[in-house]
Amino acid sequence: MSARATLAVWKFSSCDGCQLSILDCEDELLALAGAIDIAYFTEAGIERVEGAYDLSIIEGSITTAEEAERIRDIRARSRRLVSIGACATAGGIQALRNFADVEDFMSVVYASPQYVSTLAESTPPSEHVAVDFELNGCPPDKGQLLEVISAYINERKPQIAAHSVCIECKRRGNVCVMVAHGTPCLGPVTHAGCGALCPSYHRGCYGCFGPMEQPNTASLAGWVARHGLPERDVVRLYRTFYAGAPAFRTESEARDG
Amino acid sequence: MAEREILTEMLARVEGEGAMEVRVRDGQVEDVKLRIYEPPRFFEAFLRGRHFTEVPDITARICGICPVAYQMSSIAAMEDVCGVEAAEQVHALRRMLYCGEWVESHALHVFMLHAPDFLGYANAFEMARDHPEVVERALQLKKAGNALMRVIGGREIHPINPRVGGFYRAPTRAELAPVVEELERAREFAVEAVAFTASLPCPDFEEDFVFLALSEPDVYAIEGGRLVSSSGLDIAPSEYDEHVVEEHVEHSTALHSRLLDGTRYLVGPLARYALNRDRLSPVASEAADAAGLGPVCRNPFRSIVVRAVEILYALDEALRLLDAYEPPDPPAPEVIPRAGVGFGWTEAPRGMLWHRYAIDDEGTILDARIVPPTSQNQGRIEQSLYGFVQEHVQLADDELRLRCEQAVRSYDPCISCATHFLRLEIDRA
Repeated sequence: MSARATLAVWKFSSCDGCQLSILDCEDELLALAGAIDIAYFTEAGIERVEGAYDLSIIEGSITTAEEAERIRDIRARSRRLVSIGACATAGGIQALRNFADVEDFMSVVYASPQYVSTLAESTPPSEHVAVDFELNGCPPDKGQLLEVISAYINERKPQIAAHSVCIECKRRGNVCVMVAHGTPCLGPVTHAGCGALCPSYHRGCYGCFGPMEQPNTASLAGWVARHGLPERDVVRLYRTFYAGAPAFRTESEARDG
Repeated sequence: MAEREILTEMLARVEGEGAMEVRVRDGQVEDVKLRIYEPPRFFEAFLRGRHFTEVPDITARICGICPVAYQMSSIAAMEDVCGVEAAEQVHALRRMLYCGEWVESHALHVFMLHAPDFLGYANAFEMARDHPEVVERALQLKKAGNALMRVIGGREIHPINPRVGGFYRAPTRAELAPVVEELERAREFAVEAVAFTASLPCPDFEEDFVFLALSEPDVYAIEGGRLVSSSGLDIAPSEYDEHVVEEHVEHSTALHSRLLDGTRYLVGPLARYALNRDRLSPVASEAADAAGLGPVCRNPFRSIVVRAVEILYALDEALRLLDAYEPPDPPAPEVIPRAGVGFGWTEAPRGMLWHRYAIDDEGTILDARIVPPTSQNQGRIEQSLYGFVQEHVQLADDELRLRCEQAVRSYDPCISCATHFLRLEIDRA
């Protein structure tokens, strides 16, 4: 009988919400811990640092020189490396610094900036090392997270649909908030996974699962602008939790006069 | 004179990344530093220029464990600046959502992060092998809190439903009905949880804390109130700045707070319990009595019992509110921005969370300030450790390190919030 596969969970610059998604799998957690060997998960109190891991899960973005170094070390010791969440797949909300001068940001928050060290940009691990899979979502969906873990443990590809939130919304039978109410909605360009949560609560999608495959961001931006959304708000729409994702970044920059 | 240095790479079972440094010379503690290395993410900077309606979605991302706290404090501040008084039913729905977060966050800390310390396990998974029923029931408690958050907020981490003025959509009574049974079962588990935490072997260590917590006349304060202290403070949100100062110290990316006279104070469960105990519901109050908690708990290690009491209270309170629930109609009024400065605070699971925003008459944020509970507590935790290390200085390094880690964990620091890396370094020059 072969030994159980080893899993490691690593935190970088983030809110802890993605790691919490694992601990939030209340019904599956103990079974998960039985099926795999959780070797490193600091927040849960598991720290077997030495050696290699079969699967490393990364939460958070790279915002310091130490983090850039650490992600390379983890990559070298991980057979598979999966990034989860907006920070680890696109730099997160803290990638808003990429559009500004980080020195200015520093002086707003800290009285003594010389005590703090940080990089000018917040970037996902994929800009530093090879990443085997990126699971979107701020936070990612628990079901998808379990699917990704079990896929890699069982040596198969994860089955994660890459279509838009629009498809999920239609499946759910929602009235389209954009067509019926003129509410700006990123559903047409946003990666599925949330189950069309925001439209189900009568608000427009704000893109927290990031861009879908080949999104037509320009068409949607034009549509919401023609329906009265000020240009500044169109820029804000594309510049939140996935501001650093290439498709959203390109569109917001094209419109940011 | 022996020289010793002890290093723990990272303190586990806290939310975030921090370290601790202890310097002992000739048997006397010279310095204790709770280092916070969590890289800054600059929320207060990038909030400038955003629209005031975006603030609940954005500030939620400060902390995945207590997003509702950030949403509620920021919403309160925006409603303050715009002159909006939320409807009574909106308040009830917010309080229910917040109860869900207290249950989820406290259950995580009590059972997954803190309880293993008392029973000699490295983590909850090891604890589950010998005490499967404890961990399984704990997970059911946590799940109940999450279920409540999901039905009201849309999801448990970074809920999408709260907005300035109220909610995007008010859940119907029929949607809420299925969680009632789950919460009732959880309330039974919570009574047992209080007894379980009270039975844990606990270090005998008391501190003379100055406590700060929000307080309301009729209920255990969660989503508002005045800030009161055990030293006689009684202020409104707009007065906070006149009484508390924040400073940037070299060893932390979280700012330290203290009162004007220099007092380092404590916020969180111990403070709430000390200042508002008589406003707990009967079932929570009886459980606290049965646990032998008394009117004030000054032992930080016993905070695990207080958190369990608050889990019970939050479940009981959510059930009371669910029973009386009428969906607010409309779920939120239209909120017209007006130029000015607004203040808001609420009781996050880890303590009072203060927000202040300046906006212009188009609703664009000009300035933001956020003071999370862990940064308020950081100085007080250091002070407490000072005494704790001195009392236990005769212990061998490994044992002392473990005890110090446990002491830090008893405060449930959320370093993601305060900014995160807990590492313990003991220097005995």
